[in-house]
Amino acid sequence: MTDQPNEQRTFGFETRAVHAGAAPDPATGARATPIYQTTSYVFDDVEDAAALFNLQKMGFIYSRLTNPTVSVLEERIASLEGGRGATATSSGHAAQMLTFFALMSPGEEFLSSRKLYGGSLNQFANSFPRAFGWKAIFVDGEDADSYRRALTPKTKAIFIESLANPGGVVSDIAAIAEVAREANIPLIVDNTMATPYLCRPIEHGATLVVHSTTKFLSGHGNSVGGVVVDSGKFDWTAAGKYPALSDPEPGYHGLRFHETFGDLAFTIHAHAIGLRDLGPNQQPMNAFLTITGIETLALRMERHCANALKVAEFLQGHPAVAWVNYAGLPDSPYNALSRKYMPKGAGSVFTFGLKGGFDAGVAMVEGVELFSHLANIGDTRSLIIHPASTTHRQLSEEGLKASGATPDVIRLSIGIESAEDIIADLDQALKKAVR
Amino acid sequence: MQHDTYGDSYLSDILASVKTIAMVGASTNWNRPSYFVMKYLQSKGFRVIPVNPGVAGEQLLGETVYARLEDIPDPVDMVDVFRNAEAAGPVTDSAIAINARIVWMQIGVRNDEAAARAEAAGLKVVMNRCPKIEYMRLHGEIGWNGINSNVITNRKRPVKAVKKLM
Ligand SMILES: Cc1ncc(COP(=O)(O)O)c(C=O)c1O
Repeated sequence: MTDQPNEQRTFGFETRAVHAGAAPDPATGARATPIYQTTSYVFDDVEDAAALFNLQKMGFIYSRLTNPTVSVLEERIASLEGGRGATATSSGHAAQMLTFFALMSPGEEFLSSRKLYGGSLNQFANSFPRAFGWKAIFVDGEDADSYRRALTPKTKAIFIESLANPGGVVSDIAAIAEVAREANIPLIVDNTMATPYLCRPIEHGATLVVHSTTKFLSGHGNSVGGVVVDSGKFDWTAAGKYPALSDPEPGYHGLRFHETFGDLAFTIHAHAIGLRDLGPNQQPMNAFLTITGIETLALRMERHCANALKVAEFLQGHPAVAWVNYAGLPDSPYNALSRKYMPKGAGSVFTFGLKGGFDAGVAMVEGVELFSHLANIGDTRSLIIHPASTTHRQLSEEGLKASGATPDVIRLSIGIESAEDIIADLDQALKKAVR
Repeated sequence: MQHDTYGDSYLSDILASVKTIAMVGASTNWNRPSYFVMKYLQSKGFRVIPVNPGVAGEQLLGETVYARLEDIPDPVDMVDVFRNAEAAGPVTDSAIAINARIVWMQIGVRNDEAAARAEAAGLKVVMNRCPKIEYMRLHGEIGWNGINSNVITNRKRPVKAVKKLM
């Protein structure tokens, strides 16, 4: 689309959200991406099969590794994040497992923010060390120096959330990326709550970006899924401590992924080894729903953010509300970081505190009539949960306090309904909950 | 011409105009990147002539290996350089000497002085890219493994008639 031989026209975010990765079906011309509901793909002949199995050509063998519907989703998210490639998985948690699987060996460590989705805290603190011997070192403090001080020779990565669930907290991505760069380790950013529409961590120095596509990307509360995006910018060979990517791979006759595939290495490894051997591939039906959801991501995120800001402002002025933790509010301690990293809006998931304890929280979630009381975020519908009585029930009193899920806390995920209806529902429920 | 980025049409015109590629630094070890690339390009209908003094005279994927570009008896359209940046200099001079039209240096290989000499002699130059990856990218194959092609299209992607692998 240009006469300059050495320049390439780049397309805008909204255009890529609709088109990237997809093309009319080569066999039928079908314009929407078909759901390739198949396990396997016929080889041309034995030579063709051998070339595919040896990774000498790309193509489809078996849907645990690659599937044409899923690959459209992968390329689309890679494009929106500004990455080199992406690997879709069965869930956000599977994306995290696949990511660390490529980087870590038993006995090694990674640094993790404490301000994470509770499920990720469980995965890192309990299951990773028990099953794989990967140790998460949780960093106290959110500034870059806290991360720098926690580094050891065994540290293989740093993991943060751009906008942390349950909301209100924004990480200083560029400063933490600089710590990772100095230590020659990758920074992994969970960008689920912000989405690439609001924040693109690779532009701020992240090496890898993970998502629970379950949330805003699919966006309609109908498909669990995940993805890991690689920037293609990390030199796995020069770093000398990522043997899965730099050393001969016995599962492929001694092939070295980074030497052979260059900046495609992480993504090809995640399919050819990660998905092949661990098995958490995304299903084509879920990929189809998520591709369709992403087409309207920009429109939805605009409305999510606009509604969330109105709701946060309403709550801030409400007599039954003790505090509101939304980074989009000017008096939030995270407002400056939010304006730096997500200038188009601070997302739509946040917490507020009721004047009243555990019982008020229970009455609140039982009193709403439009909000859905459930354990998800990033739906077109507005969602509500009282962490202390649900998601964080397993935690001790101390753990509740550390994770910010004290008995008065309510988490909201503001949907794209009419703002006045969302506000009216909260207003009537607050009246019932706090008397 | 600057060589930090290349337009899609620049690369696709080159790949569409080429029939015979001399691959300098071709390996006879089936697990080396050059072998992957040679085999792939053959499968897409290109003739690839391997150049490697260490194994000159041997057969590789159905072709005779030559010691130097100057030893190849047939006309060569493009020279694919699987050598380091320093070695790419004299290889480029040989490419000019044998009247190749294109010098293509692999990922990680960039030699701006050599590129300037080639361009002054009327050759087209690509550096720090892989012809296999670019071919896959421009033909919609690369997305099959989740790679970002940066291509937006409203056309059916051709299911290319693939030459039988040798
Ligand atoms: C920020 C964040 N990361 C990861 C996950 C895990 O994703 P999934 O539920 O798709 O496994 C979630 C889910 O709530 C999340 O909110």
